[in-house]
Amino acid sequence: MGRLSWQRATVVDIREETATARTLTLEVDGWSGHRPGQHVDVRLTAPDGYTAVRPYSIATPENGSRIDVTVALVEDGEVSSYLFSGSEVGTEMEVRGPLGGWFVWNRDDPVPVQLIGGGVGVAPLMAMLREHDRVAERHPMRLLYSTRGPETLLYAAELARRTQNPVPASAVTVLHTRNPSATAARPAGRLTISDIAAYGLPPSPRTRCYVCGSTGFVEAAIELLLKAGFATDNIRAERFGP
Amino acid sequence: MDTASTYLDGNAAAGPLGDFFGFDITTTIGRCAACRGVMLMAQCRVYSAGPGLVLRCASCDNVLIRLVVTGDRAWLDMTGLACLQIDRTESG
Repeated sequence: MGRLSWQRATVVDIREETATARTLTLEVDGWSGHRPGQHVDVRLTAPDGYTAVRPYSIATPENGSRIDVTVALVEDGEVSSYLFSGSEVGTEMEVRGPLGGWFVWNRDDPVPVQLIGGGVGVAPLMAMLREHDRVAERHPMRLLYSTRGPETLLYAAELARRTQNPVPASAVTVLHTRNPSATAARPAGRLTISDIAAYGLPPSPRTRCYVCGSTGFVEAAIELLLKAGFATDNIRAERFGP
Repeated sequence: MDTASTYLDGNAAAGPLGDFFGFDITTTIGRCAACRGVMLMAQCRVYSAGPGLVLRCASCDNVLIRLVVTGDRAWLDMTGLACLQIDRTESG
């Protein structure tokens, strides 16, 4: 990557995901393209010159100069609250990226992939899953997505489509931690080793795992993956805070 | 959760440090000056809740890098990092 500069980004589409999360589609001037799993820094500047910068994962695979970022409202979050309630189609901001060359999935990697996401940590994994759809000769990819309940489920329509018409090569399982949906086959609760056994790929040191979520979620998920038989060298993690 | 004990992965430092290095430092390999262990910089621990950015060794917790940025000046302390191995094909 060359030296990155701040680029102007304009909101061109907004989708309300839940009561506290929305996805913004940004059109970025001079976007160089990105790989699934990468993030951008978003910079907001107040009229008095005060600036605030926060990282956001990109939820979409390469799509010209457009990227999707999903913003979850954080209590007292000065950037998230502006992006959540203050932005509309046409709002401008600055972004810097793509960033991060390690938490990325390469479509040519000849190994199966297990994705585990907690809450809004599912966003960069969606970029990988959506990129996987575009690959002709693909290895299996599975997503385990842990979220509080139907009311916090991101990308609900797309995930419903994926779980109703399962693509054998890319299976998605949503796990509810508190409020199960009426059709849930599993009682509500945190991710367990039985979930990995029941819905994940067969444990193998060869399988690449990507884990993204809060620090606590990621720690717990990595411990379960290691217990299940996945290899520490093949687990890549992205923690995004408390 | 107590924010003092909450950390992010090295990935999170790609933007702020890339600003000064001009390339993605998170895909380089660092050697800790305290325990001499080597790690991909994406795998070290990043603490960003304070006034600056602190990167710590994931094995021994030694401070590798401290970065503080104010309006027109930045301080970059790398005394805890013995060496960086940079892939020239990756970061060109």
